[in-house]
Amino acid sequence: MIVELGHYALVLALALAIAGGTLPFYGALRGDERLMAIAPSTTIMQFVFVAFSFAALTHAYLVSDFSVLNVVENSHSLKPLLYKITGVWGNHEGSMLLWVLILALFGALVALFGNNLPLKLKALVLSVQAWIGVAFLTFILATSNPFIRLLNPPVEGNDLNPVLQDIGLAVHPPLLYLGYVGCSISFAFAIAALIDGRIDAAWARWVRPWTLTAWLFLTLGIAMGSYWAYYELGWGGWWFWDPVENASFMPWLAATALLHSAIVMEKREALKIWTILLAILTFSLSLLGTFLVRSGVLTSVHAFATDPTRGIFILCILCLFIGGGLALFALRAGTLSQGGLFAPISREGALVFNNLMLTAACATVLVGTLYPLALEALTGEKISVGAPFFNMTFGPLMVPLLIAVPFGPFLAWKRGDIIAVGERLLFAFGAAVLVVVIGLALMGFSAAMSLLGLALAVWLMVGAASEIAFRIKLFRAPLMESWRRGVGLPRSAWGTAVAHFGLGVTLLGIIASTAWNTEIITTMKPGDTVTIGSRTLTMDGFLPVSGGTYRGTAVRFTLRQGGAVVTTLEPEKRLYTVQNTPTTEASIKTFGFSQLYVSLGDIGADGATTVRIYWKTLITLIWLGAMVMAGGAALSLSDRRLRVGAPKPARRAAPATAVPAE
Amino acid sequence: MTRKQRRLTLIGLAGLVLASAVGLILYALSDGIAFFATPSEIAANPPSPDRRLRLGGLVETGSLAKEDGGVVRFAVTDGKAAVPIHYVGILPDLFREGQGVVAEGTVSPAGVFEADTILAKHDETYMPKEVVEALKKSGEWRPEASAEGPAPKAVTR
Repeated sequence: MIVELGHYALVLALALAIAGGTLPFYGALRGDERLMAIAPSTTIMQFVFVAFSFAALTHAYLVSDFSVLNVVENSHSLKPLLYKITGVWGNHEGSMLLWVLILALFGALVALFGNNLPLKLKALVLSVQAWIGVAFLTFILATSNPFIRLLNPPVEGNDLNPVLQDIGLAVHPPLLYLGYVGCSISFAFAIAALIDGRIDAAWARWVRPWTLTAWLFLTLGIAMGSYWAYYELGWGGWWFWDPVENASFMPWLAATALLHSAIVMEKREALKIWTILLAILTFSLSLLGTFLVRSGVLTSVHAFATDPTRGIFILCILCLFIGGGLALFALRAGTLSQGGLFAPISREGALVFNNLMLTAACATVLVGTLYPLALEALTGEKISVGAPFFNMTFGPLMVPLLIAVPFGPFLAWKRGDIIAVGERLLFAFGAAVLVVVIGLALMGFSAAMSLLGLALAVWLMVGAASEIAFRIKLFRAPLMESWRRGVGLPRSAWGTAVAHFGLGVTLLGIIASTAWNTEIITTMKPGDTVTIGSRTLTMDGFLPVSGGTYRGTAVRFTLRQGGAVVTTLEPEKRLYTVQNTPTTEASIKTFGFSQLYVSLGDIGADGATTVRIYWKTLITLIWLGAMVMAGGAALSLSDRRLRVGAPKPARRAAPATAVPAE
Repeated sequence: MTRKQRRLTLIGLAGLVLASAVGLILYALSDGIAFFATPSEIAANPPSPDRRLRLGGLVETGSLAKEDGGVVRFAVTDGKAAVPIHYVGILPDLFREGQGVVAEGTVSPAGVFEADTILAKHDETYMPKEVVEALKKSGEWRPEASAEGPAPKAVTR
């Protein structure tokens, strides 16, 4: 019964989305305030019904209702409780339902917290959001219904893909979807602004917090996915330039560009047309990602069982929204007014440079991802574009951008003084040079490339810190004065510095773990010992393990340093009996920011086991850096300016801080 | 600076970035990509050692040999020809003799395929697209083994 109610709620949500997409829209075009005013209610109710539907499916998983096809295919009564819950989105149908849930959630948030938006803009934004809802709700109901019942329910389910039975499934998809789908809000704002024909600094100020929120979650989602792949897939890599990873990375690059261009628009009313275009492109790339992952054109751990009708359906949604968005853009962009003037060397100029490099880098990733698909479709020739391609294209484009990052926040608006900025960054430059000099003295010229990378990371981190130090007059004024200035500094300034610092931290992790990575692949028997740097690893023996729907063997290792036991490691080989799938669970120990990673190969009849041992220097910094970046976004999001007193459109000359927003 | 000058600077810079991006892509496409090949194609036409290839086929039954230090040797066949593979590392969990596999790497002058990545099928019914193609080309394709399923899992050295 609950399952049927869930299905019915989804149909009702579709009906509400259709109503919410048409009536307020018509009202906005006609200037009918009563019709416009219903948009928040339909949006919130749409969220309530989708949430109910999602809860109904979760309930079916919790009670292991094997009369539901989706539960049979992806669950098992012996599965631990956590994986029963996360299994809801560990499959195609459920993950699309999560997608729509988050879409509805964002709509509801705009409806609830967008009180400072003009009525017409709000109605239009919520209508566009509702159209997206209509498309994806129809998609679920027509091709991917998770509520289909079975006439003859089996006694037991088929279990969840063992690779997905991990805490990562609880964290990675929801975070990533919050990021992906969050981009729909800036898209809706862009479309609404194009229809409305009015785009000004106030628009940028309304859009920025939503973009920032989406970016925050996208950053965390990608970082979590990367860490999950690192520890679960057992070969110690953290990024593979897999098309599915690229699908999430491209919206991230575009959203990063959008964040920066929206600043220019907000402060200087320049780059209007470009910002609108970026908002459309960012969401288009999110949709493209959804298409690539869900349509089955790619094979990867993310592509669940494929069905051609689904691919074509998503392709239609994709064409409709991207095509429609861009057509509207082409039609209306010419009517937008020009923004303020600025010299090439200025804050605006730096942000334009950021946008150019990010979009160019995004374009190379797009080419690398789609080229094999296009080539196969056109000529039938099969190629694979992997890490070498992206290292050759993406890497060189990132270097000038990263060098430029510390300059940006120092440059003045309109016209900057590059020499003065250079003087302020002398300390950061000195620190970077020092790293290279000390490194060369210690390691010689063979490490030169890695040291340059390291220097770039130090340049980013010290450069970000220098900006704050300069603004609070650290060491140039009494410490109390600096403290007072630090507290008084806008949160968004802190956010920028923290996010840029985090970028440096991530780069440091990438460079260090790539350059100073020890790998040992060997065959060991109980009693054997290998040496890793100053430590030794001894294989003690085998012990049986079991749990949930698997059984397997763990190998116990003891790590010693100078004869004293440091810790024990127990990597496992598991066999998930229901799906008859073997998996490998690596054992990872963290030392400071570095990690020891032990993974198992085949266990021979005589106990001779292939063992893969990695020492990864500073590797955790890659993900910690991403968390620092997200922290910067959160700081920026808490800036007072984004919450209170959004200025009224320019032509109504109201004071900027007239009314509190919430 | 006038609006026109500003626009020209912007367009100039954008053009420069775009040109370098296109240049990088073209350069990388000639060097950084791997073409798909079947065992028969490699046997008939040995490629140069600097060409990256993806080799698809079945692991020849009885060919798997493991040596010390994680060195693995086996042969990949499409029923017509077999190519010897040399790989150092841990094989994917689903690697089996007689079943589908995709290897990525280069062919040494001695004719041995030096693999740095091995992909194995992900469950009992799935076969990588490349393997299906290779078997179809050699006429060894048996469609009953072609049911859809989850994807292959990559293992990179």
